[in-house]
Amino acid sequence: MNEFLQQVVNGIAWGSLYALIALGYTMVYGVLRLINFAHGDVYMIGAMVAYYAARALLAPGTASAPAFFALLALSMAACGLLGFLIERLAYRPLRRSPKFTALITAIGVSLLLENGGQLFFGPDPKFFPQLIESREISPGSGIVITNVQLLILGVSLTLMLGLQFLVFRTRVGTALRAVSYSAETASLMGIDVDRMISLTFVLGSMLAGAAGVLVGLSNPKIEPLMGIMPGLKAFVAAVVGGIGNIPGAMAGGLLMGLSEVLVVGYVSSTYRDAIAFVILIVVLLVRPSGLFGTSLEEKV
Amino acid sequence: MSGASPQAAGGGALLEVAGLRVRYGVIEALHGVDLVVRRGEIVTVIGANGAGKTTLLKAISGLVPAAGGSIRHHGEQGTAELGRLRPHEIVARGVGHAPEGRRIFQNLTVRENLGLGAYLRRDRAAIESELAEILTLFPRLQERFAQNAGTLSGGEQQMLAMARALMSRPSLLLLDEPSLGLAPKLVRAIFGVIRTIRSRGTTLLLVEQNARLALEAADRAYVLETGSVALSGTASELASDPRVQRVYLGGDA
Ligand SMILES: Nc1ncnc2c1ncn2[C@@H]1O[C@H](COP(=O)(O)OP(=O)(O)OP(=O)(O)O)[C@@H](O)[C@H]1O
Ligand SMILES: [Mg+2]
Repeated sequence: MNEFLQQVVNGIAWGSLYALIALGYTMVYGVLRLINFAHGDVYMIGAMVAYYAARALLAPGTASAPAFFALLALSMAACGLLGFLIERLAYRPLRRSPKFTALITAIGVSLLLENGGQLFFGPDPKFFPQLIESREISPGSGIVITNVQLLILGVSLTLMLGLQFLVFRTRVGTALRAVSYSAETASLMGIDVDRMISLTFVLGSMLAGAAGVLVGLSNPKIEPLMGIMPGLKAFVAAVVGGIGNIPGAMAGGLLMGLSEVLVVGYVSSTYRDAIAFVILIVVLLVRPSGLFGTSLEEKV
Repeated sequence: MSGASPQAAGGGALLEVAGLRVRYGVIEALHGVDLVVRRGEIVTVIGANGAGKTTLLKAISGLVPAAGGSIRHHGEQGTAELGRLRPHEIVARGVGHAPEGRRIFQNLTVRENLGLGAYLRRDRAAIESELAEILTLFPRLQERFAQNAGTLSGGEQQMLAMARALMSRPSLLLLDEPSLGLAPKLVRAIFGVIRTIRSRGTTLLLVEQNARLALEAADRAYVLETGSVALSGTASELASDPRVQRVYLGGDA
């Protein structure tokens, strides 16, 4: 029982990272009906920005919680800017082109970031500095919960609740939901649709950047292709939750993390990546619009 | 019961459409339309299905680009060529548009829909009093206030669409077939609201299939046929025109 609980704890911490990335996929899909394949690579850039900033700014051994939060903010800001530029330079010029053109472009941007990353950062792995010393904080309970796990969970939950608040409780969030329902009608309300699309990319990319820094805390090995598999799984999480649906992306992310950790723990690490796709296939067969999704037809 | 008010005819031009052409791909939907709306008027555009009525309104609010001609708006901030502005900038100039098919946000509540109507306004107190006033025009919406707009009936959705457009406090309101698909009693109610809106100082450009009621309510009218203005004049002139009577008022009750 304790071992199972342990796996659940690990799975939730891991899944919250997928959830952060999945939100970006689902938000962009919500407003543009576009799968932004470059999104996983934005997460990689988030990790790289924090890595280089830590090397440049922190003397060895000076790592601390304030330093971590400063790096987190820096990475999120850098990724937000990157997301803004990706939309502005790659997708906006194609706004009136067929959807297929934008999809191909998304793959192109992804390849650009991956190969550009290998060129600039070098293909070999780097080791993320230990920003927070890992300590067990649950003595005597029989399961190990570390302060790092708690930090990952706390930061992701805070960011997700913040997004939830923004989208469902503010004027700008209402405008975002209106654009996602119908951009044309939203423009008749006086909403600047292009600006809302930019905002969506900025917010989604900031969350991916945060995930990139958080992952460095628990899996310090980072490299330019590190975004591919988590990006794919987060995309699966978004589809499983119901693409376009924000709570769905969070739930889907947690489901991905939990299932992955449980499969590694109880079946075999060989199936670590396969389980995501098994879940995808099952969900698509049983509930094609995803766990939280309403029918997709409603949108058109 | 004529809605034409003689004093309204004296107002200056608020909107001047000249030689407007709109293309969808290779098909031209408007072949040089000329139309004027004066301050304080109700102007109606009638015409058969596919005549280009919706296209005309969409061009005015910037949803489809003009391929030629001009759309000049003389607003509070001066005169502008609407063809150069984006839809949200046109709304900011005081041009509201309740589009064909209602287009309410079914994923939002009635309250959120109405709030978005006032998206560009910052004066909270004024918005609240406006909202209260508009809800007296549409009491049904008051009862449905917190409800998801997707659950409203067709008639309620039409009221919401009009109420939402009014929330921006437009000086010019474009209405695309507000009576479509409504029961006769509701149609009368909608036309009552249209008159009330005008009496509060909003100018209206009304597209309608129900030519009889539209001509009753309007000061002036245009008949659009396959993308061109076939006839225009005061509403009472057109209502007594034999051709209009035969084609548009014939089976219409
Ligand atoms: N998005 C579009 N793409 C191509 N053609 C279009 C498009 N929208 C309208 N049209 C065409 O333009 C012409 C005018 O259409 P429009 O919708 O303006 O007519 P309407 O007078 O509003 O008709 P209705 O009374 O049926 O609403 C029609 O021939 C229509 O088929
Ligand atoms: Mg129409």
